[in-house]
Amino acid sequence: MTEPVLSVKNLVVEFPFRDDVFRAVDDVSFEIMPGEVVGVVGESGAGKSMTGAAVIGLIERPGHIAGGEIRLKGERIDNLPEDARAKLRGKRIGMVFQDPLTSLNPLYTVGRQLVETIRAHLPLSEAEARRKAIDLLVEAGIPKAAERIDSYPHQFSGGMRQRVVIALAIAAEPELIIADEPTSALDVSVQAQIIKVLKKLCASHGAAIMLITHDMGVIAQTADRMIVMHHGKIVETGTVGDIIRRPREPYTIKLIDSIPTISRTGETIAPEAANDDRAFVEIRDLVRDFELGRSAFTRLLPGKVEIFRAVNEVSFSIAKGKTFGLVGESGSGKSTCAKMIVGLLRPTSGSIHVDGHDVWAGAHGLRERRRRVQMIFQDPYASLNPRWRVADIVAEPMKTLGIARNRTEVQDRVADLLTKVRLEPGAMKKFPHEFSGGQRQRIAIARALSSQPEFIVCDEPTSALDVSVQAQVLDLMSALQEEFGLTYLLISHNLAVVRQMSSAVGVLHNGVLVESGPVDAIFDNPQADYTKMLLDAVPDISKVA
Amino acid sequence: MLAFILRRLGQSVLVMLVVAFIAFMVFRYVGDPVVSMVGQDATTGDIEQLRTRLGLNDPFYVQFVRFVGNALQGQFGISYRLQQPVSQLILERLPATIELAFASALIALVFGVVLGIYTALKPRSFSSAVIMTISLVGVSLPTFLIGIGLIYLFAVELKVLPSFGRGQVVQLGWWRTGLLTESGWRSLILPAITLSLFQLTLIMRLVRAEMLEVMRTDYIRFARARGLSQRAINFGHALRNTLVPVITIAGLQLGSVIAFAIITETVFQWPGVGSLFVNSVQVVDVPVMAAYLVFVALVFVVINLIVDILYFIVDPRLRDGARTGR
Repeated sequence: MTEPVLSVKNLVVEFPFRDDVFRAVDDVSFEIMPGEVVGVVGESGAGKSMTGAAVIGLIERPGHIAGGEIRLKGERIDNLPEDARAKLRGKRIGMVFQDPLTSLNPLYTVGRQLVETIRAHLPLSEAEARRKAIDLLVEAGIPKAAERIDSYPHQFSGGMRQRVVIALAIAAEPELIIADEPTSALDVSVQAQIIKVLKKLCASHGAAIMLITHDMGVIAQTADRMIVMHHGKIVETGTVGDIIRRPREPYTIKLIDSIPTISRTGETIAPEAANDDRAFVEIRDLVRDFELGRSAFTRLLPGKVEIFRAVNEVSFSIAKGKTFGLVGESGSGKSTCAKMIVGLLRPTSGSIHVDGHDVWAGAHGLRERRRRVQMIFQDPYASLNPRWRVADIVAEPMKTLGIARNRTEVQDRVADLLTKVRLEPGAMKKFPHEFSGGQRQRIAIARALSSQPEFIVCDEPTSALDVSVQAQVLDLMSALQEEFGLTYLLISHNLAVVRQMSSAVGVLHNGVLVESGPVDAIFDNPQADYTKMLLDAVPDISKVA
Repeated sequence: MLAFILRRLGQSVLVMLVVAFIAFMVFRYVGDPVVSMVGQDATTGDIEQLRTRLGLNDPFYVQFVRFVGNALQGQFGISYRLQQPVSQLILERLPATIELAFASALIALVFGVVLGIYTALKPRSFSSAVIMTISLVGVSLPTFLIGIGLIYLFAVELKVLPSFGRGQVVQLGWWRTGLLTESGWRSLILPAITLSLFQLTLIMRLVRAEMLEVMRTDYIRFARARGLSQRAINFGHALRNTLVPVITIAGLQLGSVIAFAIITETVFQWPGVGSLFVNSVQVVDVPVMAAYLVFVALVFVVINLIVDILYFIVDPRLRDGARTGR
């Protein structure tokens, strides 16, 4: 019987407030064996990150461990003084954070940050530490590591930076790595590589991993055992296969059911008869160029202009009342397309027609577009004005467009819209910060519906939301589509969401539409290599053996 | 990097030309320079002759080119009031102003940055609260009041420091310095503190705010998780990331300390360019005012150029940004 690397018993983390105490982690116990990968899954606020922070000793004030014990290789660590705990960090417990773009100090080279970390823990000279740093980068899969070691973080892509972060976390050969959402900020294809690197490195260095994520698919592909957390408590633990195939607790069942999957399981949307064939939204040869390297000053001077073509001759059409999914990785031009279609960015060439009207046709096109076309943004925290009440936010489009003028009429319509998006009409008196992420996205949807549009562009509408909330919002969107006959352009990097919602799909890669067609045809029988690669890379719970 | 500096230099020249143009307009059209030069009993013929001799009848652009040409050689004409070349007047008084400005900037920077870091790292401690409260007083009290208060306390009541002037000075070439004598140093203390107080509190509050912001970032959390020492995190990682906005503000403040130390110089009768400017405004000494305008612009342009170059040294992202144009 080997000793567990990490053993947590009855852990309680509390945040005292003025007149209340909030228990972020409530009586949590688990063990991690050497070399084991344990996934901790749960929705935001479930206490999973807080558990990780408690183990490594980085709980933000005023939070503190209020009870229980944490043992590392049998040795109790939660009651050590701060400087003794600091010595454990990096040396015996490493950590990988979610966002590789912000985890590295932008002002120092990658090499300097590695050497600094290595020398903080190991008795090596500068030159030896540098050699070890290069070895680590090679192991983490960074090509030409010896040359790139003196580059700054911003000179690496997101995936490469996360490799650097992993190299940093394992630099001093810790026994335990806590990976807090290590791939959530990355594209699917990169995500798969990073999971591979993390697993490989931990296996070769004999480190155990505590993998914290909201993405059940990642855990399904990576972890040996998993822990499901909800409201600070452990709901269920067991092997990954057991829990996914035979969840016992109602919460786990609900969680697993709400995950959209790229393989079609439920009822299929029957292919429409060709009677409503007329394209409602028609996009033809859309092109957008961005000029590089020109400041306002140098623009005055003649010279060659470097052009970056973000969107390259993209054409597709959407039938009325249908949803077209646009998928692609970051930088593929999805959002640029969306901005041009809603009229926020002028296309370099090409045309966009909504119900026969050119949205870029002068003042008339502008007015038509404003009413007919609306948009829902990704981040429900940033897309609502925090100083406005919900009533004003939802009423603004109808006031601006003159749909409803007198006070009571506006109020009635707002109340009606809020009911439509399953919110209490009383919500209109409140401010956005009083709502959860999912509720805010409902407000954003109500705002989009306020001008009675026919076409809504949804740019990653659920990417910032938890899976169960995502499922609710997607359900709402489908219901509203049926009720109002809305047409959606759904932009997402989440292939499963697109599969669930869309009738047709387009795959965008480096600004080019590599493939488009009915959703089932593309997902079940992809033609383009890029689409195949994208589909293969998706971590999916149905892939659990 | 070189291309960037050249481009900024080009912009600086443009700015200086615009300022020179304004200075020229002031010089040429605020009052009639000839009338101010000749005596009351000059005849119309005399005036006309002087006009031609001074080139005032030449076309506008010829006069402007001549003005810029002269300015480049440091000639801004002769002060109406003191009947001396303006450039010589400014040069004579410049050392006093620069010594005062740099002394106060140094005080402001050293104490501002140190106190800013301290209050940011120990935001809940009692001493931080005391420092923050006192700093509020520093921002809200007007400069002249602080100056007078200091004079009253140290010169009148305690009689330990002089209340006005520069003390004994030593001539080093054309630079007349007060830094080599004891009385010079003693005279510098009060005005330098007076001038620095406002900048000090500003820099301190800025450093504190920036530092608190940086301490919350992911890379500081990650640096902790990597097990770096507290010192390496605070001074190696956090401090340097707070520097960019601090450099901007400190640079601009140094500029305004040099250019607009007028109140402090007046209160302490400090013989610098600020008091020269005030005296010139009172008697509408246009050449001095025009030259002063150009001088102030030059100070700001040079400081901004240095600040921009410092950005490049501090932040590697900008080095690449200039190359790819982002």
